Amino acid sequence: MATMPILPPMPVLDLVKSFKLKTKQQELLIRVSILCLVYILAFITRLFSVLRYESMIHEFDPYFNYRTTLYLTQNGFYDFWNWFDYESWYPLGRIVGGTLYPGLMVTAALIYRILHFLRFAVHIREVCVLTAPFFASNTTLVAYFFGKEIWDTGAGLVAAILIAVCPGYISRSVAGSYDNEGVAIFALLFTFYLFVKAVNTGSLAWSLASAFGYFYMVSAWGGYVFIINLIPLYVLVLLITGRYSMRLYVAYNCMYVLGMLLAMQIRFVGFQHVQSGEHMAAMGVFFLLQVFYFLDWVKHMLSDTKLFQAFLRITVTCAVAVGAIALGLGMLSGYISPWTGRFYSLLDPTYAKDHIPIIASVSEHQPTAWSSFMFDFHILLFLFPAGLYFCFKRLSDATIFIVMYGLTSMYFAGVMVRLILVATPAVCLISAIAVSATVKNLTVLLRSKNKGVQTGSTKGSSSSKAASKALLDQSQPFQKNGAIALLFGAFYLLSKYATHCTWVTSEAYSSPSIVLAARGAHGSRVIFDDYREAYFWLRQNTPPDAKVMSWWDYGYQITAMGNRTVIVDNNTWNNTHIATVGRAMSSYEDEAIEIMRSLDVDYVLVVFGGVTGYSSDDINKFLWMVRIGGGVFPVIKEPDYLVNGEYRVDKGAAPKMLNCLMYKLCYYRFGEMLTEYGKPPGYDRARGVEIGNKDIKLEHLEEAFTTSNWIVRIYKVKPPNNRW
Amino acid sequence: MGRASSKEDAGALFHSLRSAYAATPVNLKIIDLYVGFAIFTALIQVVYMAVVGSFPFNSFLSGVLSCVGTTVLAVCLRIQVNRENKEFKDLPPERAFADFVLCNLVLHLVIMNFLG
Repeated sequence: MATMPILPPMPVLDLVKSFKLKTKQQELLIRVSILCLVYILAFITRLFSVLRYESMIHEFDPYFNYRTTLYLTQNGFYDFWNWFDYESWYPLGRIVGGTLYPGLMVTAALIYRILHFLRFAVHIREVCVLTAPFFASNTTLVAYFFGKEIWDTGAGLVAAILIAVCPGYISRSVAGSYDNEGVAIFALLFTFYLFVKAVNTGSLAWSLASAFGYFYMVSAWGGYVFIINLIPLYVLVLLITGRYSMRLYVAYNCMYVLGMLLAMQIRFVGFQHVQSGEHMAAMGVFFLLQVFYFLDWVKHMLSDTKLFQAFLRITVTCAVAVGAIALGLGMLSGYISPWTGRFYSLLDPTYAKDHIPIIASVSEHQPTAWSSFMFDFHILLFLFPAGLYFCFKRLSDATIFIVMYGLTSMYFAGVMVRLILVATPAVCLISAIAVSATVKNLTVLLRSKNKGVQTGSTKGSSSSKAASKALLDQSQPFQKNGAIALLFGAFYLLSKYATHCTWVTSEAYSSPSIVLAARGAHGSRVIFDDYREAYFWLRQNTPPDAKVMSWWDYGYQITAMGNRTVIVDNNTWNNTHIATVGRAMSSYEDEAIEIMRSLDVDYVLVVFGGVTGYSSDDINKFLWMVRIGGGVFPVIKEPDYLVNGEYRVDKGAAPKMLNCLMYKLCYYRFGEMLTEYGKPPGYDRARGVEIGNKDIKLEHLEEAFTTSNWIVRIYKVKPPNNRW
Repeated sequence: MGRASSKEDAGALFHSLRSAYAATPVNLKIIDLYVGFAIFTALIQVVYMAVVGSFPFNSFLSGVLSCVGTTVLAVCLRIQVNRENKEFKDLPPERAFADFVLCNLVLHLVIMNFLG
């Protein structure tokens, strides 16, 4: 009788055994806990600016979104949908209800109402600030399901992790960045996931869901044009490569018709789905699908191929002729409008610079540099081609889709910096495939049992797989060590990626732009809150019907925080109005006062960075004012403000530059100011020169307010003198 | 010779199509009838628009798109119910019909909102 092994006390063993789960349940537990951690991580990594500064809305555009959301929660949906705003674009006004994408505002208002229903008395601003991180967390979940659909659960998990911290996405979805993209990327990925699921299952229910996803995307962002062009392109590729099936027909048709109808409910989009050139690809593919599948059906019914060939010839020629004639008539008669400038400049990047200076002047619309790619993607940049390789090795409907999404979005990301955001989900998914497949292969190598001892057992007792593994092990004895080394390498790379992403988020993408920070003389942090100081001064010290003229960058912030009427704002829908303001800023004071009186301007606001060294001020933007003004009013000529093609503000500057309104308003009383030790008075720290015209006298304006660091300066327009 | 043979071809084509179509099951023929009716309604609406003009364009679009939508959904139903399609072998026809009804419900709700 063998001795019994000493067992631990029975109750403990029972307890431990009761916790021991089956492998499937263990795997589920691991997956769920990873997803929960990723969800929380995606949220908290976006909270840097809330912790460092305060919970406020950043940048310029989010202030408009905040103002509209405030209006929505206070006045209800009907008033919001039919809102005519007379406080911006004086004297034209703006039809807000018909010129915005309501998805973001409605989402935030809904969250606000739910929280209030649950008796959490939060202010709408807190909801607005945290909407983007919340939707970023939801995006990680969608990325998991999408990865699972394309490849397997491992790829899904890696995709969720990668997209949770990827800087390309964080840049536009940080807490406080209350902009359309925060919600739109979630809607984009969600729509794509639902569509791929519909194509994979061929179910009408999933297609209906993808139509609703598309509706949400249309309501959220103008970038929905990408979806309505990528999906037809994908269908076309599937048709050409012969991978079409009945499921594709069901998925695309249901999604297109229902999606188009739902999209036309948004007033801003209107009838564009049937009238605009950008949406014609979808319609063309729709008709092509009908013809294609009809022919397929006829071929299936006819047993004789010769007859079918004849039928095919007739039908194809008829269909092509009808389609070409219809398209030609539409485009020639102007009924189908050509591609708008905004999207045409994506296909031809040089178009905007020559024809539409407003689009060219926005910094986010410039072509992307390689350093931006590296900054925003880090290791994903070389994992992307690796993932493409894996996708091509295992082609299916879903992998073809993700490859097309990746390639087209990378092209557009190269054209415009802002569109790196659209490429981020594709890059994360494809890189996740590479990571997951590589790690899987390596761990399979690691976990294969070492059968190197079986040298002679070829009797058939061992399976062929084990025999091949034995041969493999014999040929490369260090295979396991190589696998371990590669795994460590992968782990190192991924941890470097995480570090880089957190560093980028902390340093580059968490600044509110409305509050500036700098290092003081002894390394202490100095905060410049001048913008809000100026807007609150406006709010409290000017009559309620005062009209403020400023460059269009600050329009949204003035209406949201200063609560005053502005002449032009960031919507930039009326180029002539902006050009009028640009002309006023670039003219001599006598001409400018005429323009200002005709627009009923009471106050003029300029941003000046000469005292603090802030370089995004109006003097640096001034040439764009000249170009845009000169585009409409030929009396403003850019060479008048330059000296030998050079833009200067010191003694050698052009006389028109030294006496124009913008110069006077920025540098009024600056000639007496000592800004830096050892430099003469009137030394402009942002340009690094001593200004040319120090003795500025204003005749028709008087200084109303200058903020504590001279960043924002407000001037009052004096009423005309009494006549003798 | 070309014209005579093409006429014969057309005749032969027509006959073989007819005989092949007669072999389809009755439920599919009902769906085809419904599709034909929807297309016919759409054509009437287009002709009417050509006569009186397209002023409330949203009304015209909602009318035509409801016909196109029901056509497309009926064809999808036909595809899913057709027993010859291998891909939908394990999809019960009740589920296909339920999906069809749901999509039609959404379609017509949106149409009613869009009709103006």
